[in-house]
Amino acid sequence: MTNPAPVGAVQELPRDKVERFDRELTAIVQRYPPDRKAAAMLPALRLGQEIFGYCSSAVQKLAADRLGTSPSRAEEVATFYVMFHTHPLGRHLVEICTNVSCCLNGGERIFEALKKKLGVKNGGTTPDGKFTLREVECLGSCGTAPAMLIDEVEMHERLDLKRVEQILEGLK
Amino acid sequence: MSETLILTKRWGKPNSAKLETYRADGGYAALDKALGLEPGAIVDEVKKSNLRGRGGAGFATGLKWTFLPKDVRPRYLTINADESEPGTFKDRYIIEHDPHQLIEGIAITCYALDIHLAYVYIRGEFPKQARILDEAIQEARAAGLLGKRLGGKKDFDLDIHVHRGAGAYICGEESALLESLEGKKGYPRLKPPFPAIVGLWGKPTIINNVETIANIPWILSNGGEAFAALGTGKTGGTRLFGVSGHVNRPGVYEKPAAYNLKKLILEDCGGIPGGRKVKAVIPGGSSSPVLRGDEIDISLEVDAVKAAGSMSGSGGIIVFDDSTCMVRALARIAKFYAEESCGQCTPCREGTSWMEAIVEKIEHGHGTLADVEKLEQIAGCIGGNTICALGDAASMPVQSFVKKFKDEFIRHVEERRCPYGDHGWGLDQSSRPAVVGAVKY
Ligand SMILES: Cc1cc2nc3c(=O)[nH]c(=O)nc-3n(C[C@H](O)[C@H](O)[C@H](O)COP(=O)(O)O)c2cc1C
Ligand code: SF4
Ligand code: FES
Repeated sequence: MTNPAPVGAVQELPRDKVERFDRELTAIVQRYPPDRKAAAMLPALRLGQEIFGYCSSAVQKLAADRLGTSPSRAEEVATFYVMFHTHPLGRHLVEICTNVSCCLNGGERIFEALKKKLGVKNGGTTPDGKFTLREVECLGSCGTAPAMLIDEVEMHERLDLKRVEQILEGLK
Repeated sequence: MSETLILTKRWGKPNSAKLETYRADGGYAALDKALGLEPGAIVDEVKKSNLRGRGGAGFATGLKWTFLPKDVRPRYLTINADESEPGTFKDRYIIEHDPHQLIEGIAITCYALDIHLAYVYIRGEFPKQARILDEAIQEARAAGLLGKRLGGKKDFDLDIHVHRGAGAYICGEESALLESLEGKKGYPRLKPPFPAIVGLWGKPTIINNVETIANIPWILSNGGEAFAALGTGKTGGTRLFGVSGHVNRPGVYEKPAAYNLKKLILEDCGGIPGGRKVKAVIPGGSSSPVLRGDEIDISLEVDAVKAAGSMSGSGGIIVFDDSTCMVRALARIAKFYAEESCGQCTPCREGTSWMEAIVEKIEHGHGTLADVEKLEQIAGCIGGNTICALGDAASMPVQSFVKKFKDEFIRHVEERRCPYGDHGWGLDQSSRPAVVGAVKY
């Protein structure tokens, strides 16, 4: 890509990681018409978050720069969606669904018990930095409720507190 | 009469997501057939089928397709796999168990509508499903079914891509979905113009739900009339009903579109745990007005549910037994809409937060009778005064819960506490084995 040197904080990002970002972004951008690169903002921010750990303003600027759009557009997107994190999280993000179908099958009880056990509030991170706990909206697993999503990739269903504790214990 | 299964037929078969399996079962023959027809004849067949959108609004699919302006190109197809309406969990299984049926449906639709680029917008919380779908698309492309020569025989190029969302219910609303697909925050657009006229990147765009399009191959193979005959009235085919909450066998059931709601709950789903009674049923996702337990002996056909004062919506059926606190349930629903309102329109942004706060107050025993009235008033002021239908979606549950379970709201006020205490979500909140098509979970 033949862009001028990116602005500000972007230079603070490790160069090898930026190279990986550029490489992987090139493949992603192919999915959109050549004159519609900015459409790749969501996947670009997701990729940036994966590579750099979270969606910092440097990551937002990097994505905007590569997609030929403004940093404010990137910021707007990064702050609108709940799966983009503009601040660092614990090593594992534990998300418990507390929407209706899950609660009818114990979701709220699991969430309340976890808050106690981990000693955190909704959205909080444990002092050792291992877990961030968060309540989420319906995960599309209502038939196999209650549901939990780990690190935004691993869906666990048909849970009870014991099973949840086992899963958390199994995480490094 | 043995039940006809269109959507769940292959679920649970070994390697059901693989191209080879799909082809061995006659897959992609419908595309073959379609490519021998005039595009207009395909649209006519879909019109005859009485296929109605399975995403929530129940709009006639064939009719929607005719709204595309004749001479504007390019046109786009977008498949809505956002599946975020609480109580809805069906599209994910189509993708998990039979992605090629969806891909074949997309291919036929694109051929019928002269579309060469399609996106599947899938919610960010479905990474596994996004990967399965992406792999299936690559498989179809590698087999020469997509790409330059559609179905491996026609000079018609078609690309299909998966676009993942990032956690926002509003992006299931079709115009917010387009904004999100363009790489922006999900702010719904003012309509008209509708997406069929001005859609993705300003071009005519058809948006259909996953389940809607997964029916297209069957309609092509068996004819629109056969599909229409599976349903009644203006709704053809079978539907995927997702039943959750207090039932013995939750899951996804494929049934004729006009199946009886009570039968589904009491017979197919094995009734209510502990022999308790049905207190309430939400028949079509959390946005649809709630029905009382004595109102569920109805057909699930779109217009029949409407006549019963609710909506068959997304087919997401939530069952509450008679030990559940309806105020608690509404408080959670109200919180959902307050969280998910995009904030563009004042009545929706403010109204959803007020409703959440008031129901919460009543649930905790701090409400007054005036609060109950105020709730109804606020709900009445949102619907119809907003850019998108989330405003209505937020007010319908409030209006229906208060109307149908007013005594419970009043009891909370009079007793200054929740009469259900710690058991608001029911006496038995354990998880129960589910059946999804023929698959056991
Ligand atoms: C707030 C809101 C959320 C919606 N969420 C979804 C969704 O998750 N999936 C879906 O298919 N349709 C959803 N819809 C309906 C879509 O706007 C649209 O009507 C549908 O995708 C059209 O496809 P169909 O005609 O095949 O049903 C939603 C609508 C609103 C107002
Ligand atoms: S009705 Fe609500 S969700 Fe829809 S555009 Fe207005 S504020 Fe946003
Ligand atoms: S309510 Fe929890 S997954 Fe749907």
